[in-house]
Amino acid sequence: MENAVEKHIELKAPVGRVWRALTDHGEFGEWFRVALDGPFVPGQVSRGRILYPGFEHIVWEAMIEKMEPERLFSFRWAQIRYHDKACYSPDYSNAPRTLVEFRLQQTAAGTLLTVTESGFENVPAEWRGEAMRGNDGGWAQQMLNIEKYVAEKA
Amino acid sequence: MWRKKPKRFVEGRPAPAVLFAALGDKTRLALVARLSAGQSSSIAQLTEGSRLTRQAVTKHLRVLERAGIVRSTRHGRENLFALDPEPMRKMGDYLSSVSRQWDEALARLKLFVEE
Repeated sequence: MENAVEKHIELKAPVGRVWRALTDHGEFGEWFRVALDGPFVPGQVSRGRILYPGFEHIVWEAMIEKMEPERLFSFRWAQIRYHDKACYSPDYSNAPRTLVEFRLQQTAAGTLLTVTESGFENVPAEWRGEAMRGNDGGWAQQMLNIEKYVAEKA
Repeated sequence: MWRKKPKRFVEGRPAPAVLFAALGDKTRLALVARLSAGQSSSIAQLTEGSRLTRQAVTKHLRVLERAGIVRSTRHGRENLFALDPEPMRKMGDYLSSVSRQWDEALARLKLFVEE
């Protein structure tokens, strides 16, 4: 069984533009829907508040691993038990983590972005399906926010 | 620093790492495939037509059993093994929701960088 999720997406934007959208904490927050406290620094913890309806009280946390300009950006993302208020504490020292890696490649049309998330064996079985990521209602709401965001920008 | 030794059980159920480890072996995957037809099979039936010894099949079945992927029941003098699809189904559901979440996040990223 595959223990990772891998995604490929072709973006009609130069590698430099995509790199900025991924690694500038403000830009990252715009599309990832998180209000981050400060810039990403390798070896340091990044924190912020989730901007996701119903989950705004949750602290987002990741340990930034690698930032190889226009090539690789990776972090270890703290996974929490979203349905359990007792676990909303921002002490994530013992939180299970998944490894998220963004790889960029220049193409004729722009940039090929490959995203890999791995380490799901670290997430307790009981959390799955109950986590935000399993919440379809939440994502439906999220899609409405995006439509709104895009309409405002247009 | 984040990597801890995987636990065998989490809250009384086999830990996900155990499930992945159990499925990360071609022989065991082949056994799971044979059992996925839904019928309970004996060790003799599962050994038949494979290049494995009875001992090897037994050993692999025990690994799958500890991971909660197969269950055995005693029938007369032999054990019958059957697949428990629940742990794999749950993991599959979880990974597809993770996958969907990335599809949506990347769609937002696409709009963001292409505008």
